[in-house]
Amino acid sequence: MSSSKKIRVLVAKPGLDGHDRGAKIVARALRDAGMEVIYTGLRQTPEMIVEAAISEDVNVIGLSILSGAHNALFPKIMELLKAEGGDNILVIGGGIIPHDDVPALKAVGIAEVFGPGTPLADIVGYIESNVKL
Amino acid sequence: MPAIKLVKGVLKGNRRDLARLITLIENEHSSAATALSMLYKHTGNAHIVGVTGPPGSGKSTLVTRITAEYRKRSKTIGIVCVDPSSPFTGGALLGDRIRMQEHSLDKDVYVRSMSTRGHLGGLARATSDAVRAIDASGKDIVIVETVGAGQSEVQVVEVAHTVIVADVPGAGDDIQAIKAGIMEIADIFVVNKADYPGADRKVIEINAMLDLDSRERSWRPPVLLTNALTGEGIPELVDTIGAHMSYLQETGLLKQKGLQRSRDELEQIMEYKLTNELFTRLRGTPEYEQAIKKIAGRNDDPYSVAERLIADFLISVRE
Ligand code: B12
Ligand SMILES: Nc1nc2c(ncn2[C@@H]2O[C@H](COP(=O)(O)OP(=O)(O)OP(=O)(O)O)[C@@H](O)[C@H]2O)c(=O)[nH]1
Ligand SMILES: [Mg+2]
Repeated sequence: MSSSKKIRVLVAKPGLDGHDRGAKIVARALRDAGMEVIYTGLRQTPEMIVEAAISEDVNVIGLSILSGAHNALFPKIMELLKAEGGDNILVIGGGIIPHDDVPALKAVGIAEVFGPGTPLADIVGYIESNVKL
Repeated sequence: MPAIKLVKGVLKGNRRDLARLITLIENEHSSAATALSMLYKHTGNAHIVGVTGPPGSGKSTLVTRITAEYRKRSKTIGIVCVDPSSPFTGGALLGDRIRMQEHSLDKDVYVRSMSTRGHLGGLARATSDAVRAIDASGKDIVIVETVGAGQSEVQVVEVAHTVIVADVPGAGDDIQAIKAGIMEIADIFVVNKADYPGADRKVIEINAMLDLDSRERSWRPPVLLTNALTGEGIPELVDTIGAHMSYLQETGLLKQKGLQRSRDELEQIMEYKLTNELFTRLRGTPEYEQAIKKIAGRNDDPYSVAERLIADFLISVRE
């Protein structure tokens, strides 16, 4: 019956990408770190992701993408999120994202990008030290 | 007082404000109670429908289908989905929303996932107040999906006007999956997964069990067959939910239940406040610690000490 706050995370798979192993592994790791994780499944449009983030009042959005469509989808998500007043939400990404693409993604507000082989503890640690509750 | 700033938005149906208020309710933020008391007179308009049943019986899929049918009938919908928290880490994977994607861009459907945060009974502690906030935001129907329930997760009756128990064919030889407690709270039975073998037999079994129920009651829970994947049986289910509400209204049971609920709730709140008040005054005072030592040393007894302390408390309150 603690009145302490919980970190709420939305783990989302934008676009038509069907690679969901990484997203599920990350979701489980965050759950095991004591967070409340909402997983919305595959094939989410930017609109659906932002809508879920606002309705669920999450502190973190984790985007998982391995299809290569991140340069189109991530900025769109950030733009919609801003329009809905979700600027306080920490947004991070993971999957197959070339190093060269990362600076442009950070410029639109993606806080950090985690590639293949990232230890799950690093992801947990990053969220715990950067989330705004 | 962050919650109070949200009240206006909630009453206007603003989903972001509603979402934030529910978080404050979940976190037991001190301003949430004030916001809820401001919202109270705007509640009591929604028909609250509970959906419970064993894990994987298709509750979330049913909720989505029921919602689609209500949307055809121009009703606005709020949904609260409760999933269990891990007893080891306190974390939770909230997966019911996956099944509700078809409504995700409908502004007249609000979906909120909620962890039990260690609470037993099938709901979270915050569920009832979250439902109330959604009610105040103007939704016509609020649907509550409980955690996958066995037999003791029956708290949904305290929140819902109409409780649907969803079971599936072949879940045990006879009535295995849904046991006594869960069976008794049903206003409507649904045998979902009608495409599975043994669905008709399951309907017969539940009806046979209802025949054995010796309680006097004027509403015998109907047993319906659905296929939540195709939507078969869903219009009939939504009609039956409406019929149950009409029954509650016509028999005066709705008023009666409302009175009972108000009484229970008032008494719970008073009990909580009173004990809280009493103990903040007592605990840590030298007199209190002295009295406890005396009881332990058999120089006094807890019965008369309790009487004395409460009498003193009442006098000090009067002054
Ligand atoms: C397994 C796999 C598949 C499986 C997917 C099974 C499933 N349900 O997930 C199957 C066989 C179905 C498949 C199909 C395809 N695949 Co494939 N697949 C892979 C493979 C070999 C491994 C991916 C994986 O599961 N890794 C294990 C997980 C745990 O790692 P991860 O997802 O990277 O996650 C880690 C990090 O990235 C990060 N992370 C991931 N998500 C998130 C989210 C957040 C919030 C955070 C913080 C971190 C984070 O943390 C994780 C832990 O470290 C990769 C190659 C590779 N080495 O990555 C190709 C790969 C991703 N596939 C590829 C391709 C092209 C395809 C297909 C198009 C092939 C085809 N022509 O049909 C199809 C498309 C399927 C579809 N519908 O989208 C390409 C993508 C190329 C690109 N993006 O430019 C890759 C890179 C192979 C390659 N080298 O060409 N694939
Ligand atoms: N064949 C068939 N499958 C169904 C039907 N209804 C639901 N399902 C499937 O059953 C599985 C579980 O459905 P959910 O709706 O997630 O069940 P749930 O009761 O909400 O599950 P929990 O919340 O985990 O307890 C999913 O794979 C659904 O697609 C049905 O009528 N027929
Ligand atoms: Mg469910």
